[in-house]
Amino acid sequence: MGLTGLEIFKLLPKTNCKECGQATCLAFAMAMVSGKAGLDQCPHVGDEAREILGAASAPPVALVKIGAGEKQLALGNETVLFRHDKRFENPTGIAVSVCDTLDMEEVAARVEKINGLVFDRVGREYRIDLVAVCNCSNDRDRFAATVKMVAENTGYPLILITADPGSMEKALEIAGPGKPLLCGADETNYNAMTALARRYEAPLAVKGTSLDSLAGLVEKVAALGHKQLFLDSGARDAHLVLADQTQIRRLALKRFKPFGYPTITFASAEDPLQSVVEAGVYIAKYAGIVVIESVDPADVLSLITLRLNIYTDPQKPIAIESRIYEIGQPGPDAPVYITTNFSLTYFCMAGDVEASRVPGYILPVDTDGTSVLTGWAAGRFTPEKVAEMLTNSGIAERVNHRRVIIPGGVAVLSGKIRELSGWEVLVGPQESSGIPSFIKQLWRA
Amino acid sequence: MPLKDFLEASKGAIKEVTIGKEGKSATIGGEAVLPFHNFEGNLPRLPVMALEVWDTTPPETWPDHLRSHFGDVVNSPVLWAKKCLEVYKADLICLYLASAAEGEPDAPALAAKVKEIGDALPAPMIVYGTGEKDVDTLVLREVARACAGDGLLLGPVLKENHKEIAEAAQEYGHALIAQTPIDINLAKELNIKLSKFFPKERIVIDPLSSALGYGMDYSFSVMERIKQVAVLFGDDMMKMPIIANLGRECWRAREAKENDQQGILWEAITAMTMFLAGANLAVVGSPDSMKLVKKLLGQFSTGQIEV
Ligand code: B12
Ligand code: SF4
Repeated sequence: MGLTGLEIFKLLPKTNCKECGQATCLAFAMAMVSGKAGLDQCPHVGDEAREILGAASAPPVALVKIGAGEKQLALGNETVLFRHDKRFENPTGIAVSVCDTLDMEEVAARVEKINGLVFDRVGREYRIDLVAVCNCSNDRDRFAATVKMVAENTGYPLILITADPGSMEKALEIAGPGKPLLCGADETNYNAMTALARRYEAPLAVKGTSLDSLAGLVEKVAALGHKQLFLDSGARDAHLVLADQTQIRRLALKRFKPFGYPTITFASAEDPLQSVVEAGVYIAKYAGIVVIESVDPADVLSLITLRLNIYTDPQKPIAIESRIYEIGQPGPDAPVYITTNFSLTYFCMAGDVEASRVPGYILPVDTDGTSVLTGWAAGRFTPEKVAEMLTNSGIAERVNHRRVIIPGGVAVLSGKIRELSGWEVLVGPQESSGIPSFIKQLWRA
Repeated sequence: MPLKDFLEASKGAIKEVTIGKEGKSATIGGEAVLPFHNFEGNLPRLPVMALEVWDTTPPETWPDHLRSHFGDVVNSPVLWAKKCLEVYKADLICLYLASAAEGEPDAPALAAKVKEIGDALPAPMIVYGTGEKDVDTLVLREVARACAGDGLLLGPVLKENHKEIAEAAQEYGHALIAQTPIDINLAKELNIKLSKFFPKERIVIDPLSSALGYGMDYSFSVMERIKQVAVLFGDDMMKMPIIANLGRECWRAREAKENDQQGILWEAITAMTMFLAGANLAVVGSPDSMKLVKKLLGQFSTGQIEV
């Protein structure tokens, strides 16, 4: 909220009617500043006040949507420059490009690869988000045909990249109802592009040749009545893109209106691996969308993992429920593993238990979502908690033995666990990748 | 246009730390801006990269695609280090004293070996201990003495052993890596303790790096916070440059081990992300990932850029 308590107070009815639940209008204003009350709670606030207050409390980076239906993507809504100040909200959309110079078979093959870029990580599925069709050929019919081919073969929302309004118009006749991102408007074509974006109620990327020119152009487009925008400063060298991304975010947070939209970036280095690292720079630093060329799963998994790291809420580690998990179909003689309920730790080691092909039970102890060593160092992964889990989880009724495997990193806990629980303690390897060979040698139940 | 009015003045500059001695040295730090923000202040130099060399043969867990860069030279730390510098063009090397972690180390013999390696090289050297406080106290004090005047970057020193190691580093002219577990307050506390008797210009902060997908988010944010406090708020106890020792972390990750290209990217992206967060020096394992990051950095400019 950009307004002070007094500024808000001046816009309120000042009747102190208490209907909002606060003793006075002033108290209500103060509660709004601290985020404890919302404007909706005052039934008497006037339209003008509502507009001013609404604008001030809107997020500094607008929420802009691409696509329609299930895979619609919403970007923006960001409120901070540093993730440690709160969190980043909407993960960078990863778009994979398809060039219209390919022949139709190649297009279809490429789209199939793009559709297959799906990864499992820490128990969830991760994907790319968009397909960017590029009018590299400068041929209108070719562009339209490629867009058609892509649209028919993928469920992802599209980005249509062409500077020619004629090409865009043709492509929109096919893809328009899917609300693609038009990419886009520049100084020379913005009237026509904005008209198309308005006609199809689709988002529009606005491209400047510098931050200044971008700001000017956004104002012109907004004046034409379109406000679902993405920003592109025109920079393509990694360092300059980084500088512009940073400035755009910072200015947006300072309520510089023309920059209050998500951005779009392009990883354009010629060396394919280098362009992946470049895309990583943009993901780490504020890009709303990054367009990449690669369809190699190795490249995309690296970027998706980076995005997951940067967009994780720093205030809450991802934890899983502390209960018995079964890997495979474990019987009464299956091994029992102890770990912590930090989801990264759990999924890491559960993957290795699975890889061992020996069915087993995993008991993640509730360490408030901390890893094995962090939990141990912080006093949250204790022999008491392990013993309690062995006793209270019901595992004793499921197995006919009393042997438990603990992580090698906390070997020092074994004596105490044995003493408290009566279970025999086997110290596993330090790293869970050692579990398959460990279990094959050691488990003779 | 009003855009320039929004540039932010910084209150502090990161200290410059020089590793090595006359004729073979490397300097890190010195920027008066947040990482790569030279659109609003001076960035005297880009971050540097060290390749890691083990004083034993590398572990079984190293995948072939990492091992194959080095071939036979992994049996000789001197040859290994030379290859890193001469063939792969690392800015410097980081000698990891892995042997000290295996049983009782013979500290004087190990220190003599370190001296021999250092003398054979045309570039300065980081010497990284085991992280185990008692072993490191024993070994790093000996190393400091044997390499007197060579200006090593020595570490890690922890809250628990900083005094013993720092005294030796002070006496024999080395710089120090002050390590704390991903916590800005602990980092500051250790810097305060050290700077009571050790020059601030010879301290490098190690807030701990973790690999992409394995806790890197925490390292990223702690580094960003340290830089913010140092540069924007001018906190003198946080103005030391930062080291990101990430190679060993990355090559433990399953994703790095299972596929060559993915391994290179895993490490390169981790390194680049640490640089974006504020690291001034990164230690990596693979020459390929180093090359990739260096190539990208090569397109970044120093000094001040116009916006
Ligand atoms: C990220 C991190 C944090 C994050 C928390 C992350 C989290 N959610 O847990 C933060 C910044 C909050 C943090 C805080 C602290 N940390 Co910390 N942290 C790390 C770091 C860098 C990575 C941890 C991680 O995510 N690892 C990845 C997961 C997957 O690893 P893992 O859980 O160990 O699982 C592996 C193995 O244990 C094994 N495994 C797991 N389960 C099982 C089960 C079986 C049966 C087997 C066989 C194997 C196995 O396989 C897994 C994959 O290999 C480590 C250093 C490092 N590189 O490990 C330090 C580290 C764990 N932290 C440490 C410390 C001291 C702390 C603090 C106490 C410091 C402080 N005073 O502030 C605090 C405590 C916080 C608190 N009060 O809650 C120390 C622990 C030292 C020690 N040996 O005791 C470490 C080792 C750093 C160091 N070298 O000093 N930390
Ligand atoms: S409901 Fe509105 S008018 Fe009534 S006291 Fe609250 S703020 Fe004032």
